[in-house]
Amino acid sequence: MSLATETTARPAEKFRVTRSRRNVAWTGAVALIVVVVLAFFPYIVYSGTTAVLVQAFIVLTLASMWNLLAGYAGLVSVGQQAFVGLGAYFVLILAINGISPFTALPVAVIGSGVAALPLWWLVSRLRSGYFAIATWVLAATVMLIIEKFSSIGGGTGMPLPGFSGMDPTLITAYTYWAGLAVAVLALATIYLLLRGRLGLVLTAVRDDEVAARSSGARVGLARMLVFVVAGAGCGAAGAVLAISQLQVQPSAVFSVQWTAVMAFATIIGGLGTIEGPIVGTVVYMVLQQTLASYNAWYLIILGLVAIFVALFARRGLWGLVDERINVRLFPVGYWLRMGEERPRRLPARPRRG
Amino acid sequence: MAWVNAIIQGVLIGGLYALFACGLSLMFGVMKVVNLAHGDLAVLAGYFAIGIIAVTHVPVLWSFVIVVPLMAVLGYVMQRTILQGALDRSVLTTLMVTFGLSVVIENGLLQFETANTRGIGVGLPLLTESFSVGSIQIAYLLVVIFATAVIVLLGLQYFLSRSKYGRLIRAVADDKEAAQLAGADYRHVFGIAAAIAFGTVALGGIAYGMYSQLSPTTGTDTILLFAFAAVVIGGLGSLWGTLLGGVVLGVAQQIGAQINLSDEILAGYIVFLAVLVLRPQGLISRGAQS
Amino acid sequence: MTVSADGKRADSGTPLLEVRDLVVHHGQLRAVDAVSLRVLPGEVYAIIGANGAGKSTLMRTIAGLHHPTSGSVLFDGTDVTGLRPERRAARGIVMVPEGRRLFGSLSVEENLKVGATYARQGPWTIEQVYEMFGWMRERRKQLTAQLSGGEQQTVALGRALVANPRVLLLDELSLGLAPVVVQRIYGMLPQILATGLTVLLVEQDVSQALRVASHIQCLLEGKTTLEGRPADVTADQVEAAYFGLAGAAPARPPGEGSEP
Repeated sequence: MSLATETTARPAEKFRVTRSRRNVAWTGAVALIVVVVLAFFPYIVYSGTTAVLVQAFIVLTLASMWNLLAGYAGLVSVGQQAFVGLGAYFVLILAINGISPFTALPVAVIGSGVAALPLWWLVSRLRSGYFAIATWVLAATVMLIIEKFSSIGGGTGMPLPGFSGMDPTLITAYTYWAGLAVAVLALATIYLLLRGRLGLVLTAVRDDEVAARSSGARVGLARMLVFVVAGAGCGAAGAVLAISQLQVQPSAVFSVQWTAVMAFATIIGGLGTIEGPIVGTVVYMVLQQTLASYNAWYLIILGLVAIFVALFARRGLWGLVDERINVRLFPVGYWLRMGEERPRRLPARPRRG
Repeated sequence: MAWVNAIIQGVLIGGLYALFACGLSLMFGVMKVVNLAHGDLAVLAGYFAIGIIAVTHVPVLWSFVIVVPLMAVLGYVMQRTILQGALDRSVLTTLMVTFGLSVVIENGLLQFETANTRGIGVGLPLLTESFSVGSIQIAYLLVVIFATAVIVLLGLQYFLSRSKYGRLIRAVADDKEAAQLAGADYRHVFGIAAAIAFGTVALGGIAYGMYSQLSPTTGTDTILLFAFAAVVIGGLGSLWGTLLGGVVLGVAQQIGAQINLSDEILAGYIVFLAVLVLRPQGLISRGAQS
Repeated sequence: MTVSADGKRADSGTPLLEVRDLVVHHGQLRAVDAVSLRVLPGEVYAIIGANGAGKSTLMRTIAGLHHPTSGSVLFDGTDVTGLRPERRAARGIVMVPEGRRLFGSLSVEENLKVGATYARQGPWTIEQVYEMFGWMRERRKQLTAQLSGGEQQTVALGRALVANPRVLLLDELSLGLAPVVVQRIYGMLPQILATGLTVLLVEQDVSQALRVASHIQCLLEGKTTLEGRPADVTADQVEAAYFGLAGAAPARPPGEGSEP
């Protein structure tokens, strides 16, 4: 029987549409515990480990943002490094003017989000291929413009001031907590956004844009919001990057490698689910740590795996898991419960590629 | 006078940009594939040429004869396998796959070569010299490259308008289902279009290696964006548009360099962005807007 | 022709084109629901039905542009269900698609040349097409986008003919055309049939279909509601089958379809 006949064949009161399965309470508790445990790390592990974790937080934030753009809003951006760089430079500029980098972080986030608006205006009307290349050009342009200002380091970059007099252990700890906070807030923001109206609009557009528009969905607004949030999120990651590197170099913060990292982590982990980037970040960090001494190899391998996954395992590693055990840590879809039977998931994503 | 020089240099380099652009335009026009690895393929061809010359010591011009057809075959194979697979999935997938290819090629080159720049020796002594027109110096090499670009474009134009496969390519680009109904396997036709695209960009890449220097990141830093800019400025769907676009880009860059030496590339980008925003249709035809 | 006097199809004689219990889905919708048909050589077989009845989906599946969920398509006795469209065209199943679908950036002549690229051996050449449609020769260099609807339809027809098909599939020939033009085009069918072709067509204009067909089949919501020779069915029966009205007894061969 098709879904349509099943649902119409039964009396109405046998149905409930719910947001989440019972296990969300458990996964929520587990997530909270994980975050708390992570927060204690500076007290219990070596600084080498926290440094790696900070990298992981940066990658996780970036991957989540890229997933939001490409997996939910259908915007393949190859220029998010523009925001990574902008976030880093916001911190640098404020630090040069006497503000502590850690205080500068929230400002960098907001600044990056605001900067996303004119950039969106430039690229919003473009079709996907042109959109991608335009974002790339934009990022390159932003970098070239910033490099002209020698007061913030010009083409070679400069160290990040504002740490003098601070205890190194404290710097490490604060950097770590900043990274953790950014990653957690990024995930939380995305989760809450997608649970609400925005998630509905984006899913509707993903299924059928014309139908979505004619039902009144404000598609353009939704996409703009996503672009701004992604800009702010990548800016946040960039700010943490600057703080963790203790310097800001244009070629490093504006490098297109950041997009490679975000994209590959997301694709391998699973495009279109919030859990996907988490899995992808783990894969990325493992590869990067194991192959660190082999220079560019981890990117080559990641790239090949990402191509393979994009072609043959479209829903990524998390998608493979998800299909089998039907778990969602971050439920943003809907469940249809018919009577007391096992709930059936309403198709949240179209089957077509 | 410096301005006239700038314009002439810009026009001539525009030929090279057109060589880069025509393959990109073809792939997008026929298969609707935006090949983000396009620039890296040019660099790859350049490095192949360097490698072959280093190993076999053949004259430089032989490297063209070996590498260009090789790249064309590679193009056919890649299109039939990876790119067709991605096309069957979605537009997003083709972008992700070609981006992945770009990263793999660049990092592969970084791994096996160095990050330093490499050049390709020109071989013929004449081509290292320039001639003078008044107070303007024009490099012979640049003129040869421009002439080559024009010849290639003419050849491509002829191929597309007169030959059986050229017709099929245009037909498939218009309506691939209708072409299937007429008995054409569009996957094969796509492959041919990709072969042409890879071949022309390889030609451009080797020429670029002669005229300037190649490094693993030149593909994305320079070539891809220039190729795209030329396509957008000149308008999609027009071969001669890519020449016009290349010329406009080249001139803009040279003028930018006149204003401030380090602004050459930035000037090109700004023109590109301006055209995208103000006239997405480009200067000749067809659209980039959704 | 192998149709016997009382209208029943002769069970002996291989059909040129046969469809068995074809089920085709559009997403979750059953566009074609267990449809069968047999087209004998030399026939003009018409499929009629309202919009959305599944006619075009059926045609496109026969041509190879759609994959059926179940059922089979047989050509000259061989199962071609798994073949890609271009391979079917090579065997002689050529479709003139709904909406003409000419190559807009190509000229009339170039459209015909594309049709002839993978043509089979046979009587149809580009010259023949120019003979049949007098106006085409002078205007063969014109871009097809500049032609009128009727002219475009004849070019599309010509493009299919030069491939020398054995069975010609015509999908909604009359769409968007004035009745006079439609009649003129259908008027060429005898000339086409005379070269040995068989025609399977889909038509929304019922009277036009009844005029040219030697056998008709009506679809409604993906199922067959009527099948037989035009001479053997009444206007009421056709109307009932077309609209799915209860109370009229549709003529159906035994074992075909289920209650609408």
